[in-house]
Amino acid sequence: MLDKNGIAKRIAKELQNGYFVNLGIGIPTLVANYIPQGIEVEFQSENGVLGMGPFPFEGEEDADIINAGKQTITTMPGASFFDSAMSFGMIRGQHVDLTILGAMEVSEKGDIANWKIPGKMVKGMGGAMDLVASAENIIVAMMHTNKAGESKLLKKCSLPLTGVGCVKKVVTNLAFLEVTDEGFKLIERAPGVSVEEIKNATEGNLIIEGDIPEMILD
Amino acid sequence: MIRKTVSGVTEALVDIKDNMTFMLGGFGLCGIPENAIAELVKSNVKGLTCISNNAGVDNFGLGLLLQKKQIKKMISSYVGENDEFERQMLSGELDVELIPQGTLAERCRAAQGGFPAIYTPAGYGTEVAEGKETREFDGKMYVLEHAFKADFAFVKAWKGDEAGNLIFKGTARNFNPCMCGAAKITVAEVEELVPAGTLNPDHVHVPGIFVQRIFQGKNYEKRIEQRTVRKKQ
Repeated sequence: MLDKNGIAKRIAKELQNGYFVNLGIGIPTLVANYIPQGIEVEFQSENGVLGMGPFPFEGEEDADIINAGKQTITTMPGASFFDSAMSFGMIRGQHVDLTILGAMEVSEKGDIANWKIPGKMVKGMGGAMDLVASAENIIVAMMHTNKAGESKLLKKCSLPLTGVGCVKKVVTNLAFLEVTDEGFKLIERAPGVSVEEIKNATEGNLIIEGDIPEMILD
Repeated sequence: MIRKTVSGVTEALVDIKDNMTFMLGGFGLCGIPENAIAELVKSNVKGLTCISNNAGVDNFGLGLLLQKKQIKKMISSYVGENDEFERQMLSGELDVELIPQGTLAERCRAAQGGFPAIYTPAGYGTEVAEGKETREFDGKMYVLEHAFKADFAFVKAWKGDEAGNLIFKGTARNFNPCMCGAAKITVAEVEELVPAGTLNPDHVHVPGIFVQRIFQGKNYEKRIEQRTVRKKQ
């Protein structure tokens, strides 16, 4: 089974040279720590920066330079700043190659819910609806089940949707899956996890073809 | 040169009234018009509709207006980090319209640029699109979203000149340029106000035509919401 860093590590293997990538808050942020050797990517943060770097050294933080999680950051050589309209132009115009975000639920049709629990949590969608409606390539990073042990990979989302038919890949603590017309296609198992365990933790239609290999993380 | 300078925040906000609609720049607490917000708190105007990506935190930014119950309606994309906001929203005291962040930016820009509405893919198939016109272009579905109508836009820039030209710093730019010229009156506050001719025209981010009033702000706190650092080796 993978921990959050393991999920980030597996997703990082999907990065390709030259990609512009938008990372959501939570597990997706960790992906920046595992960029494979020899690959150049640039991170976009939707509040208006391309070429985001690591956190600043103590004492060098600047209130005017933050990411979409409101964290102080630095910039890399070649970075740029821009306004919010241009930033979402990059996103809607599909200039950003890959979006990695968290989710509360994903359906077998690729629908995603991650912004609202009616009556409980209403923080807003931020940029998530723009990102999922526009990106060609969306990877969801999340735990396979919720705290109550219920599957988060469903036939149909129960929470208000963020976007419809948009998720292409899901990486969880148990598995790597692709969303196909028929449902979740199991591609890889997390280390030490059996196909049976993945089956039991997946409510949506799960497609298992042949032997399912175990993930290789390093 | 057409001068846009006013003596300060009090003169800049002299004609604000109850029940007006305001746009306020900023992302989180980054690039917010701190002086204008302080003046709004002081003025005690009520029944406001505020268009702003976020709603501040409990004791800073728009949170200060929420504490005094001056806001009737918020139009935002993300409103976490504010307990008083959540309380007023859940109790029904505060009317809240949550919209996708890119849609918020583009509804400002549409108002600025003379478009009555725009089509966006964001929110299609979700509750955000309920009751709105949708349309297919090249096999993909889009939602019609209308330009905002606002009385004032309050923006914050790093530098500005007497002509109202603005230059921003870092990610404090965010929604500020999109809101300039998107309301009937745009009020810009800057950290440094310089004479006309000082700024290189090539470096201007927002031309002064979009700004009606400009002043040099005071006592910027520039609070950091999430101070994240790494240790020096």
